[in-house]
Amino acid sequence: MPERIALHVNGRHVEVDRGSTVLAALAVAGVAICRRSVQGEPRGALCGIGVCFECRVTIDGVAHRRSCQILCREAMEVRTDG
Amino acid sequence: MSGRTDVLIVGGGIVGAACAAACAQAGLTVALVEADLAVGMDATAAGMGQIVAMDGSPAELALTRYSQRLWDDLARSLPEDCEYERCGTLWIAADDDEMEEAARKATRYHEHALQAELLEQRDLYALEPALRPGLAGGLCVPGDSILYAPRAAAALLAEAERHGARALFGCRVRALHEGEVELDDGARMAARTVVLATGARAAELIPELPIRPRTGHLVITERYPALVRHQLVELGYVKSAHGTDADSVAFNLQPRPTGQLLIGSSRQYGRADPAVDRVIVARMLKRAIAYLPVLHGLDALRVWTGQRAATLDGLPYIGPCPGRAWLFVAAGHEGLGITAALATARLLSDHLLGRAPEIAPEPYSPARAWLETVVRA
Amino acid sequence: MAERRTEVLVIGAGPAGLAAAAAAAACGRRVLLVDDNADPGGQIWRGEGRAHLAVPARFEVRCGVRVVDACGASAVLAESAGGVERLTFDRLVLATGARERFLPFPGWTLPNVVGAGGLQAMVKGGVPIAGKRVVIAGSGPLLLAVAAYLRSRGARSLLIAEQTGRLRLARFVLGLAGAPQRLRQTLELRRALAGVPLLTDAWPLSAHGAGRLEEIRLRTRRGERGERCDLLACGFGLVPNTELAALLGCRVEAGCVAVDEHQATSVAGVYAAGEMTGIGGLDLSRIEGEIAGYAAGGDERKARAGLGPRRRARRFARALERAFALREELRELPDARTLLCRCEDVSVGRAARYPSWRAAKLHTRCGMGACQGRICGAAAAFLFGWRCEHARPPASPARIATLAAQHEV
Repeated sequence: MPERIALHVNGRHVEVDRGSTVLAALAVAGVAICRRSVQGEPRGALCGIGVCFECRVTIDGVAHRRSCQILCREAMEVRTDG
Repeated sequence: MSGRTDVLIVGGGIVGAACAAACAQAGLTVALVEADLAVGMDATAAGMGQIVAMDGSPAELALTRYSQRLWDDLARSLPEDCEYERCGTLWIAADDDEMEEAARKATRYHEHALQAELLEQRDLYALEPALRPGLAGGLCVPGDSILYAPRAAAALLAEAERHGARALFGCRVRALHEGEVELDDGARMAARTVVLATGARAAELIPELPIRPRTGHLVITERYPALVRHQLVELGYVKSAHGTDADSVAFNLQPRPTGQLLIGSSRQYGRADPAVDRVIVARMLKRAIAYLPVLHGLDALRVWTGQRAATLDGLPYIGPCPGRAWLFVAAGHEGLGITAALATARLLSDHLLGRAPEIAPEPYSPARAWLETVVRA
Repeated sequence: MAERRTEVLVIGAGPAGLAAAAAAAACGRRVLLVDDNADPGGQIWRGEGRAHLAVPARFEVRCGVRVVDACGASAVLAESAGGVERLTFDRLVLATGARERFLPFPGWTLPNVVGAGGLQAMVKGGVPIAGKRVVIAGSGPLLLAVAAYLRSRGARSLLIAEQTGRLRLARFVLGLAGAPQRLRQTLELRRALAGVPLLTDAWPLSAHGAGRLEEIRLRTRRGERGERCDLLACGFGLVPNTELAALLGCRVEAGCVAVDEHQATSVAGVYAAGEMTGIGGLDLSRIEGEIAGYAAGGDERKARAGLGPRRRARRFARALERAFALREELRELPDARTLLCRCEDVSVGRAARYPSWRAAKLHTRCGMGACQGRICGAAAAFLFGWRCEHARPPASPARIATLAAQHEV
C-alpha cells in the first residue's frame, strides 16, 4: 500500500497517495474548477504538464501555483476560486 | 478622394493618432502613414501608459498639466478597453532630504493649480501598507492616471477616421519634400503640411533633430489585485542618474486595472538592440524590491524593452521646422508621449488653424534643435 | 546566487535529454541533467523515467529545476524550491520537448475538456479515472496510446475521434509494412483497444455543460451526433517547445529549432534534440539525443553513427506528418465568440481583426497571459497562418527575486 497524505482542499479533508499531484487531490475532492478566468468563467486543468496555467490554485497562501505540477505534501492548504 | 490632403501625418503612434484626431475634428483633410501594420505598436505599446504631471521644468509642467486636462475631458468618451484609471501617483520620500524635495514639488504643483498633498510617514503607510518600513513620507498627486495606450491610440485614430481621415499601414516614408512625402516603394503622397511623429526614429527623416533613442525596460507580473493602489515613484527618481547620460534605474510601479503590476524603470543611451539587458533588469528589480519587499516572491510574466525619444533638454519638439513652414515636428517626448499626446495635437491644430494656443508654444519649438546643433558644432 | 559548473548541461529529461546525457557521460564528460518536472522521463515516460536511467547513472539528474532564462554567455538561470542558481556549462544540449496543440471550438474552455496527453499525465499524477466516460479527439497516434492507457486504468467507456481521413490512415498503416516492428506495435495497440470505437474523419464541434462538461457534439462520417461524457480529451498533434532556445539566441525556423547534421543549433556550443527540432516521436528523439550528446561530448565518430538511423526515423516522422495533417475544416470550428486566449479571455473574433500576431497581442493582450501564448499562439498560427513566436524573457513565469539575482553575476 502506498503511503497516504492528508491535506485540505477548500477547507475539506482529503487523502491521496504519496506522489499525487495537487490536481489529483482536487479531483478526489470532487473539485473540477481550479480558477475563474479574467471574465469569471470556470476553468479546470487543460494541458496536464505545466504549460497552460489553467490549473492555477492557491497553495499555502501562495497564489498562481500550477496544481498539475506540484505534488501533495502533508497538511497542505489548497484553495480554488471556483 | 478629391483635392489635396491638408495634413499628412508620418507615424501612427499615440502622438500621430492624436494629431490625426485633432486635425480631422478641426475640419482638415488628414492622412496618416505608418510603417507597422497597426496603430500604437512601438513606444506607445512599450511604455507604461501614464498621464502624469511632471515638473522637470516650468515648460514641462505647463505641457503635461495642459495635456492631462485634455485627457480628463476625453476620458468620459474613451472606450472601456482603454482601461483609463485615475489611480494617482505617490511620490515616495525615503529620507528627510527627499521630504524637502516633496515639499518643493508640492509648491510647484500648487502654483499650477494642481492638487498635491504632502504625506507624513503615517499617511504614506495608510495609503500603501506594502511599502517597506522606514520611509519618510511622500507626496500624493491624485490627478495622475494610467491607461492602456495602444487602445487609446486606436480610439484616437478611430475618432480621426470618423471625421474622414485615412490611415495607411505597412508604408514606410523614406523622404520628406515640400508638399509631399516619398514612400519606400517610390510612391509619393501630396499634402500641404507634413507632420513628423515618428518618435525615436524622427532623426531618420530630419537628421538635424538631436533625438536619441533611450532604452527602457519594463517587467509585468501575474495578477495580484489590490496589493498596490497608486502609481508609485521614488523621489530619488529626480536625483537619480536619470538626469545624466549614464545607465540608470529608479523605482516606478503601476497597479494595472488587470491586477498586474508593471515595474520600471531604466534608462540607457546607445542601445539600438531591442534585446533585454538582464543586468539592468536585475538592478531595476532589486530597487523595486527595496521599496516593495513583497515583490520578491511574486511571479514575473514578461520583460521587454522600448525606445524613448530623448531630446537634449528633455522637452519635446512641437512646431514647424525653421525655414520649412510646411514641415511640423511632433516628436521627442521621451517618457511623456502618452501624457503629452493630446496637448501636442492641440498645439498642431491651433498652429494650422491660426488659433491662439492655450499654452505658450515657444519652449517646444524645433528651432531649439538647430540652435543646439550650432552650439554643439 | 548559487553557481553550478558542469561540462555538459542537458535541459529536459525526456527520451532525448536522457539519451544525450548518457552519450555525453560516455565521452567522459561531467554531465548535469535538469528538468522542471518532479521526476525524469518527460511526458512519454512520465512516472517511469527512473526505469530508463542506466543504473548506476553516470550523470547527475536534478528534477524540480526550471531554467527560466539565459544568464550571460555559457550559463542559464534556474529556479527551484531551493532558490535561484546559475548553471554554467561548456556545452549545452536543449531537449525541451513539445506540448499538445489545442484548437478552439465552442465550449473548449469548459472544465473537464482536457488535453489527450494531458489527461494521461493527470491520471499518472493520481487523478482518478475509473468508471469515467471519456471521448478522445484530435489527431495522431497519441490518441490510441492514451486510450489504451486510460482503459488499463479503468476508464468506463471510450470513444476515439480522429480527424484524419480513413484512406489516409489506411495508407499510413500499409506503409508500416516496411517497418515490421512499428506495424506490430500498432496492431498490438489496436488489439488492446478492442471494442473501443475509432471514428475517422471525426472531430468535436462543441462542448456543453453547466460549469463543467456534460455533453459534446461530434462531426462524423455519418453526420453530427451528440455524446454524453465526463471528459473530452483533445490533442491535435504536437508543437515544439522552442521558447528557451529562442531566448538563448538559437535560430527557429517554421516553429522548430534549426539544427545541423550534429544537432548543433545556430549558437556555438548549444545543441538541440528531440521534438523541439521537429515532431518525430520517441525513436527519433532518442537518436537525436544520442547524436547531440556525443557531439557535445566531443566524440564525432560516435555522433556520426547515429546519422543513418536518424535518416530512417525522419522518414517515418514525415509519413506521420502527412498521415495526420490537420484538415482545413478545423479552421471553421470556432465562432467569433469562441475564446482564443484562455489566459486573457480574448475571442477568436477580436483577434481576427488584426493583421498579425504582434498586433493582436498588443491590442487585445491575447498571448500575453501566464502561458505566454503557448496555447493560443499555436492555435492562432493554425487559424490565421500567423507566425506566433515568443522571444521575451523569462522562458516561463519566474519569481521576481530570480530575475533580480542576475545582477550578482
